[in-house]
Amino acid sequence: MNASRIGAIVLRMFYLYRGSPQRVFPIFIFVAIDILVWGFLTRYLNSVSHADLNFVPALLGAVLLWDFLTRVMQQLTMTLFEDVWTRNFFNFFASPLRTSEYLIGLLIVAVTTSGLSLVVMIILAQIAFGLSFLSYGVAIAPFLMVLFVTGIALGVAAAALVLRLGPASEWLIWPIPMLISPFAGVFYPVTVLPVWMQAIALILPPSYVFEGMRSVVAGQGLPWDRLAIGGALAVIYLVLACMFFFAVYRTVIRNGLIARYSAETVS
Amino acid sequence: MIPPVPCVLKVERLEKSFGDVRAVDGVSFHVAPGEIVGLLGPNGAGKTTTINMILGVLEPSAGQIEIEGVDLAAERTKALSCTNFAAVYAPLPGNLTVEQNLRVFGMLYAVENLSARIEKLLAVYDLLRYRRTKAGVLSSGEQTRLSLAKAMLNRPRLLLLDEPTASIDPSSARDIRAGIAKFVDNGLCGVLWTSHNMYEVQAVCDRVLFLSHGRIVLEGDPKTLPEEHGAATLDDLFVNVAQEALHDGGRR
Repeated sequence: MNASRIGAIVLRMFYLYRGSPQRVFPIFIFVAIDILVWGFLTRYLNSVSHADLNFVPALLGAVLLWDFLTRVMQQLTMTLFEDVWTRNFFNFFASPLRTSEYLIGLLIVAVTTSGLSLVVMIILAQIAFGLSFLSYGVAIAPFLMVLFVTGIALGVAAAALVLRLGPASEWLIWPIPMLISPFAGVFYPVTVLPVWMQAIALILPPSYVFEGMRSVVAGQGLPWDRLAIGGALAVIYLVLACMFFFAVYRTVIRNGLIARYSAETVS
Repeated sequence: MIPPVPCVLKVERLEKSFGDVRAVDGVSFHVAPGEIVGLLGPNGAGKTTTINMILGVLEPSAGQIEIEGVDLAAERTKALSCTNFAAVYAPLPGNLTVEQNLRVFGMLYAVENLSARIEKLLAVYDLLRYRRTKAGVLSSGEQTRLSLAKAMLNRPRLLLLDEPTASIDPSSARDIRAGIAKFVDNGLCGVLWTSHNMYEVQAVCDRVLFLSHGRIVLEGDPKTLPEEHGAATLDDLFVNVAQEALHDGGRR
């Protein structure tokens, strides 16, 4: 592992962000809009609902956590797309750069930019709607960690798909979090889902986070054992995603796709 | 037969098949330090496939590649650390400036005293005034000069040049050929050079390999090779070999 080569991947993205407001704004704008829309909705629901449930930590907190996972995944994939758009895979992979160093470079960029998104979300949710992360207690740390690892796993798997399927696979990548969200019980308990959807929820790490969050909001404490299952699943998915990426890389080196990437096929 | 001399590049029985198509078919050659070897052949002969395998972006079906005595398949990073390349089909990212590109790729190749190296290469390749210009808005000739500057960043022991002067005016091309020849004169670097410009090949290459249908069909000194094979010029010899290959290909 070479720090200079990893640094090169990070520096390239720093140069791009520094000279390009159109890359910087999406880090903040989409999460800010989500917080505003859902913040006003939860405020409205609190005003018309006679239930004891406070919608702000239950719904707005869920939005904030789900946006965090989505940003982690998308930032990792966006960094890879920079090489797709500039047809730069050849230059990078014909250099001494190792695949693992490339992945770590993507990861550092994703951590930094999604961390910035998270800070903006927290500040906005606190100032505008009074949602304090402190209301979740220490549970917020494992919540974020499980979602972070899941986001990275999704990002690495998506990056592998882009590498294998070519530039046009972009349309396939962005909706991945949306496809998962109905099963993950972001806004509702998993028990309201049909049995077959509950079975899928069982293998999704975020579902344990959002169940745990609702448990904390309901004053029932954090089910650490359930969250541990979610954490273990997230780590397993991350390992599988990395294995998938390395396998895809070996395939595109074997069939020559990396050298003819824009063709999307070698046949 | 590859002689037992120090080689910066040793390629042995290299093969690459895509399905039923054998793009490279048992190619063996070497490049010695201080030597410029021309890899010639008609389109589709297997030149770029061979270069892609040497650069580690394409896995051979069979055979071995050693760079500075390091097996590329076993120690890819070590082998590619002393290699670099410039190719018309691999432009540097257009959304980074000239200087940013050189810094990013300098870090990828772990170049020591990188800032000083960048300054020198900007001057050598006449890019000082473009240092803050995005690579994407450079003319094709300027982009080629940038690719060559990037290729020289790590003072490579093996330099792969795929039609390096294709987009450059004759005067600049001459300067660039002289610059590369001077760089090779130190006796440390070997160059594998592909070009369709036979004048250029004769001017810079110590030895040429004619590739056709994935095989080396002719090898020798580009200055004497035409006469040895009854051709007036290297250009004529190229055409003869390409046409024979075409007929052979038709019969195959």
